Amino acid sequence: MKDPRRAAALRRLLGPAEPEVTCEVCFEELDFYVDLEIAGADADGSVPGMAAHLRGCPACSEEHASLTALVTELTRSYLPE
Amino acid sequence: MNPAGVAGPATVACRRPPGEDAARAESDAWLTALRARGEERELAIVRLHALLLRAARFEANRRRATTRLGGAELDHLAVQAADDALLAVLARLDTFRGASRFTTWAYKFAIYQTAVAMRRRAWQDREVPLAPESWALLPDPGEQPQQHAEDVEVLAAVRRGIAALTPHQRDVLVALAVNEVPIDVLADRLGTTRGALYKTLHDARRKLRGHLAAQGLGAPATTLTEETR
Repeated sequence: MKDPRRAAALRRLLGPAEPEVTCEVCFEELDFYVDLEIAGADADGSVPGMAAHLRGCPACSEEHASLTALVTELTRSYLPE
Repeated sequence: MNPAGVAGPATVACRRPPGEDAARAESDAWLTALRARGEERELAIVRLHALLLRAARFEANRRRATTRLGGAELDHLAVQAADDALLAVLARLDTFRGASRFTTWAYKFAIYQTAVAMRRRAWQDREVPLAPESWALLPDPGEQPQQHAEDVEVLAAVRRGIAALTPHQRDVLVALAVNEVPIDVLADRLGTTRGALYKTLHDARRKLRGHLAAQGLGAPATTLTEETR
């Protein structure tokens, strides 16, 4: 698909083909997942289906990005100079 | 989900300044204080609200370009979201299982409440397009003679696949995936929940992918993996 706008629309239409968690499970696991990601641990392996859901659900993806950004910023602020 | 053994101290310690044990002790201290009585609990609630307000303001500022809210209105929204998050955290305190830091767990409620409020505010005066006339991003292949032949075939198949969905699936898919209506906004307008709508979206996507696969058009799914969040 050459047209990037149309390709993006197609991606949104078809969504992830892999198994994914629901929005409810995503919310339940989000803090655990983010803490693992920030720690450099295997978040995707620990919460199967989470990464696929975050690719398919813009709202959950936005909240994941925000929580990651917030915790990362606050974690950095604890680090010694 | 059992957090034990998932992230050992060696991997966690590198970016968690207080360390695993300190993080657990901090979480326990929050729980103890919030379950106490009298002044200890009141002070803990004040601290918790301050923590939630910090997260709500963080989220409101990240999203401020999506609304026309000025500083005072934006802060009012953040305070309201922090208030709602506080109630949610206190009501669900017993569901905190210690898999994450308590603060990360609490922050997610503030992020969620703020994000939903900001999406609603951004769309409060906008009509939610449900009708199929908004398939502008997927024009009739016949109108685009310069397109690659494969694209034409895929687009035609997608349009047929969408037409084969149930009316509800079609409305939800077009609103969310084509018109990019936020799922919470659509849920409000349709009187349902994010989870229920996502289930409908998931079913519609699966049918659409099946429709394409039945016609030997598996390639678009491969292209999908290139998407970034």
